[in-house]
Amino acid sequence: MSVFYFVAFLSVFFALMTIFTKNPVHSVLYLVITFFTFTVHYILLNAQFLAVVNFIVYMGAIMVLFLFVLMLLNLNKDTEPLKSNLVKFMGVIAGMCLVVTLAGSFRALESSESIILKDPDIGLVGNLGRVLFSEFLLPFEISSILLLTAMVGAVLLAKNDPKKA
Amino acid sequence: METIVQNMQGIPLNHYILFCSVIFAIGVIGVLIRRNVIIIMMSIELMLNSVNLLLTAFSAYSGDPSGQVFVFFIMALAAAEVAVGLAIIVMVYRNTRSVDINALNRLRG
Repeated sequence: MSVFYFVAFLSVFFALMTIFTKNPVHSVLYLVITFFTFTVHYILLNAQFLAVVNFIVYMGAIMVLFLFVLMLLNLNKDTEPLKSNLVKFMGVIAGMCLVVTLAGSFRALESSESIILKDPDIGLVGNLGRVLFSEFLLPFEISSILLLTAMVGAVLLAKNDPKKA
Repeated sequence: METIVQNMQGIPLNHYILFCSVIFAIGVIGVLIRRNVIIIMMSIELMLNSVNLLLTAFSAYSGDPSGQVFVFFIMALAAAEVAVGLAIIVMVYRNTRSVDINALNRLRG
């Protein structure tokens, strides 16, 4: 039970490190650690499929893409544009206000009973696959088109225009 | 696996909601206080992930697998978003030689 609170603390800590670190490369690495703690959260919820997908897609693909672009653009601490301290302070205050508002509204909820996995097999691949390919077949196919469009768009955007250059 | 399931007994759903809102708020703060476009996109990823975790928690709470399927779709969407967004950033960097968000105010009509 206390595992959750420990991992939650780690997630919040590394998320804060992500946004407050000056060096963008360190920022990406902290974000990778944050996503790793999220994978642990998924395992704790027994959502094994999502844990694996989070591990492979987020940590493996998306974060490497971020790191790759950072390296490609050769960004480091010296080129990092910074906002003035006043704007930073106001931003933090605004975020705190958001947390306080949300937490205040949650007090209106009656105290929920703890999560008890009624059906522990819910997050396994077989069960999810059955739902995905029966109930959600059309959105699944559409998402494949979305990924294809994104790929074509990304290649087209990042390609050098030979006429201009 | 049994021990993991045993571990989960006894965490109120409210704590999950609170934890995910804190992570979401950290993402919002990141968008507000940074000027580097790439860091802003990373903060957006943080927000997406907090929502993912909350959907999974609700799904486990109510015993309905639809929530986890939605998380799967959100991950596919995030991958597409990151690919296009980073391509745009590379393009902007090529034209303005900076990743400063303020360099984009020339988009103003």
